[in-house]
Amino acid sequence: METLYLWIVLSPLIGAIIAGLFGRQIGRVGAHSVTIAGVAVSFLLALVAFNFHVIDGHAAFNGPVYTWLASDLFSFDVGFLVDNLTAVMMVVVTGVSLMVHIYTIGYMHEDPGYQRFFSYISLFTFSMLMLVMSNNFMQLFFGWEAVGLVSYLLIGFWYKRETAIYANLKAFLVNRVGDFGFLIGIAAILVYTNTLDYAAVFQQADQLAAIQVELIPGVEWSLISVICILLFIGAMGKSAQVPLHVWLPDSMEGPTPISALIHAATMVTAGIFMVARMSPMYELSEAALAFIMVIGAITALSMGLLGIVANDIKQVIAYSTLSQLGYMTVALGASAYSAAIFHLMTHAFFKALLFLAAGSVIIAMHHEQDIRKMGGLRKYMPVTFWTFLIGALALIGFPGFSGFFSKDAIIEAVHHSTLPGAGLAYWLVLLGVFVTAFYTFRMFFMVFFGKERMDKHTREHLHESPKVVTLPLVLLAIPAVIIGWIAIEPMLFGDLFKGIIHVSESHDVLAVVGATFHGAGAFVLHGLMSPAVGLAAAGVALAWLITLKTPAVAAQAEVRFAWLNRLLKRGYGFDAFNQAFFANGSLRLGRGLWKWSDMAVIDGLMVNGSAHLVGRLAAVSRLMQTGLMYHYAFVMIVALLLMMTWALFF
Amino acid sequence: MFADWPLLSLLVWLPIISGIVVLMVGDRSPQAVRRLSLFGSLLVFLISLLLVTGFDSTTASMQFVERLPWISTFHIEYFLGVDGISMPLIILTTFTTVLVVLAGWDVIEEKVSQYMAAFLIMEGMMIGTFAALDAIQFYFFFEGMLIPMYLVIGIWGGPRRVYATLKFFLYTFLGSVFMLVALIYMYFQSGSFSVLDMHALPLNMTEQTLIFLAFLIAFAVKIPMWPVHTWLPDAHVEAPTGGSVILAAIMLKIGGYGFMRFSLPITPDASHALDWMIIFMSLVAIVYIGFVALAQSDMKKLVAYSSISHMGFVTLGMFVVFMIMANPVGEGGAALALEGAMIQMVSHGFISAAMFLAIGVMYDRLHSREISAYGGVASSMPMFAAFVVLFAMANVGLPGTSGFVGEFMVILASYKANFWIAFIAALTLIIGAAYTLWMVKRVIFGEIRHQEVARMPDLNGREFVIMASLAFFVLLVGVWPDPLAHVMHASIDNLVHHIAQSKL
Repeated sequence: METLYLWIVLSPLIGAIIAGLFGRQIGRVGAHSVTIAGVAVSFLLALVAFNFHVIDGHAAFNGPVYTWLASDLFSFDVGFLVDNLTAVMMVVVTGVSLMVHIYTIGYMHEDPGYQRFFSYISLFTFSMLMLVMSNNFMQLFFGWEAVGLVSYLLIGFWYKRETAIYANLKAFLVNRVGDFGFLIGIAAILVYTNTLDYAAVFQQADQLAAIQVELIPGVEWSLISVICILLFIGAMGKSAQVPLHVWLPDSMEGPTPISALIHAATMVTAGIFMVARMSPMYELSEAALAFIMVIGAITALSMGLLGIVANDIKQVIAYSTLSQLGYMTVALGASAYSAAIFHLMTHAFFKALLFLAAGSVIIAMHHEQDIRKMGGLRKYMPVTFWTFLIGALALIGFPGFSGFFSKDAIIEAVHHSTLPGAGLAYWLVLLGVFVTAFYTFRMFFMVFFGKERMDKHTREHLHESPKVVTLPLVLLAIPAVIIGWIAIEPMLFGDLFKGIIHVSESHDVLAVVGATFHGAGAFVLHGLMSPAVGLAAAGVALAWLITLKTPAVAAQAEVRFAWLNRLLKRGYGFDAFNQAFFANGSLRLGRGLWKWSDMAVIDGLMVNGSAHLVGRLAAVSRLMQTGLMYHYAFVMIVALLLMMTWALFF
Repeated sequence: MFADWPLLSLLVWLPIISGIVVLMVGDRSPQAVRRLSLFGSLLVFLISLLLVTGFDSTTASMQFVERLPWISTFHIEYFLGVDGISMPLIILTTFTTVLVVLAGWDVIEEKVSQYMAAFLIMEGMMIGTFAALDAIQFYFFFEGMLIPMYLVIGIWGGPRRVYATLKFFLYTFLGSVFMLVALIYMYFQSGSFSVLDMHALPLNMTEQTLIFLAFLIAFAVKIPMWPVHTWLPDAHVEAPTGGSVILAAIMLKIGGYGFMRFSLPITPDASHALDWMIIFMSLVAIVYIGFVALAQSDMKKLVAYSSISHMGFVTLGMFVVFMIMANPVGEGGAALALEGAMIQMVSHGFISAAMFLAIGVMYDRLHSREISAYGGVASSMPMFAAFVVLFAMANVGLPGTSGFVGEFMVILASYKANFWIAFIAALTLIIGAAYTLWMVKRVIFGEIRHQEVARMPDLNGREFVIMASLAFFVLLVGVWPDPLAHVMHASIDNLVHHIAQSKL
């Protein structure tokens, strides 16, 4: 099996290298063939591994590939841990990636950077696989930063656009803030356990929980809480949780296929995966769990609200991604790790679907993304319409669609959680359901129904996208509908993650939910009575009201609640603050240090100052070196006299 | 067959002799001079590889030793030898010199023979500095290499070269005078100039403190540490590309090497007592200099400040060991810190060389170092842009590149000493990314704003070879640093044991 895992990782890498280095030689067809072949191989082998571990129930594989570095007492290895959790992630990552690869042939076919694009997305697949298959923190950090690099390259793919290269720099820097916390968390683990190997660290988790550290004199913290929160700061960067969420809306500057792959389905869920993977540690820190739950709940609601005022189709979906990541984070905080992973998986399919469908709309609209200029697209693009509808229903948690199962499970889990902050979180995520339904269907109605608001030229050219674009939509729509039915029982209430995800008994909210679980069908029926479905229906109704029934209401509301509208349009002012305080502040600090400290004090006063001092001393001593013979003779005689006097009398 | 060759002498003197030959050929046929220089530097590089193949990484004792009396009245010897600390730095030197010769190939048109000779002679001197085990011999090479560098900046430099050379020379020269006094003092105590004897020499606390400070002035200027760093940006800005490359890739490392070969083993107790000061200065370098780099508008200045900031990790790794050894949390960490510092030096050799060469490539085309003169280079030079992004990422310390390894090790190790040291050092993750990638954004990406940029031709074959070979090493060390670290283990362990023993 070891060779098989290696090939899962290496085949996309090889594709990326060939397309990247020899793109010009092999041409467009060569580039997409080789990368798609690489990812397809990876996907098929991932299915083999999935079958081996999940279906056949073979034991997990945990072993090193090579020793990256041995220094001192520590050994840093590159190695794989493939268990059921990894297998699920591998299939999701390679599967969505394969769909996106195929879709890209259609979406990017006119772009001059075609080969480069394929090289990047294959490189991303490699990096993401390294991240999820890692068996240690060093490699996890490698994958973590490598996906960040590819995200940077892809957001700035159209590197001539000022907005794109602003967005990619911002994304990298904000992620680095998270990585900063993450790296210190890793350092803490190494210091107290002498290893970075997951299994070995988890074994010592109980000892870590017993240690108190005093980072600020006089204040004692539990070490495990410190570590868990530091690691979670990394997750906040990568999975875009408030206040490190600011990069994700801007990341939509990248081409749509990568918005689907990286900024919706896979990379941004790395933080969720990481916390679930570390559950043996997180379970020992209620402080960290409560922190996570509150952050997640705030993200879930506040980012959803921003989706209401956004008019760019990709922005709306981006805010929905932020909000859904918030839901996953809440689940983690409630110790419902499997529910988080379940939602991660369903979200990967329906959100990739939504993005790719949005991309299909954008192609048809000649790269117009403003939903106010769309409308009535339903009859021009039937496949896109239906698949988009499926994605939207899954997103709002329409009973029976995949998103319903995972989101309802999360809400139920939070409802039963007894951790501090759970009460607040419950209300926030419940309200979030209404908001989600509202903005999703506001977008949906504005794009596919109502008046055709586009200009004449665009309208005349409206048509359904080619097969390479619609095929992935259909293929993603299937799991977006059915995956919930299949997966809910084994993932949430079965033993799929037994021995992988640890939940202490007092936190086990999913067991409480599971006590009343009698199959997926009953779950749907039960869900129909829950407040969430009612809220979702209300959201859809309201969206219908303001977009199709009486659009005047929307305009009135905009005037009536102008302050709210302004606040939301500005995204609560995070961007303005970061720009003013962090970006300009750092620059001003740098200039100040340079001008005042480096140039004025060190160079001006100390270096050149002492040079001037030497110069002035030299000027004084020059008076003594007049070059006149009688001056020297005089000095010599005086000196001789003095010496003789000294010799005589002493 | 090579076992009984005087390899180190060959490595020291062959470049110097090549330099003299090149000088004698003169400027009548510049092409012959270039070929001869390339041949010489390549030969030296190949010979230096014999050090790698013949190296015994199981022992901490000196290898390839050559020891002859030189000036016997003062017990000065001709004493060469290498261990796991100096050997990688010698290879770095021979490799970088080849690149420098290539980089100056058709860029330098005036006084070609003198230019090439200066670098070849400098190579011999630098190898001599790393290989010398006699203190006077070390001092001789340490000072000697200033002269060719002085000439390189003074003759082929920019408009403010006189100010820069004077500042460079006086700074480093003044620094090393104190070191000479310290070395002579120890000679009077031990009757030997052998560095190994000095390691074993018992010294009381006052002596150690004074000697430590004398060394500190010499090496802190060289590496350079805040606040004696201001000569470096000026020197870099005025130096021709080759000069900047050697300065950043090799000469700075001599400061770090000096700390490891002299300060730590000769004055362990003073190093321990004053480690807080060095750690403070290192952290200032990492954070403060990072912010200063952010404010630069001249690319060379920016990379120069970035070098100072990266050297902060070297000094931090070297002096945090005492706090690690005193810290009861867990075991180990000291060797991790020292090896991290060493790897950071080697990696910075590749990365800073690459950054300065990349700036040189642009300067050759547009004759400007100002960030604002560029913008949109990726459109006219796509291949070059790919290399720059790779090296920028290495400068940022991205895992998978060599820049990550040393920083990672030093940050992990310094947590063993104190949470807040690791915390402040790790800020480089953010600051380093900010200044490096902001420069990349303004220079490489964006629309072309100046017509001249649109006419810049992409890398030629010679430039491609230079960039590709550096990229190879940056990635190799990033993906598999173990072989490099393996060479050092025995010597570093020995050093850790040595400094753990008090001399008092």
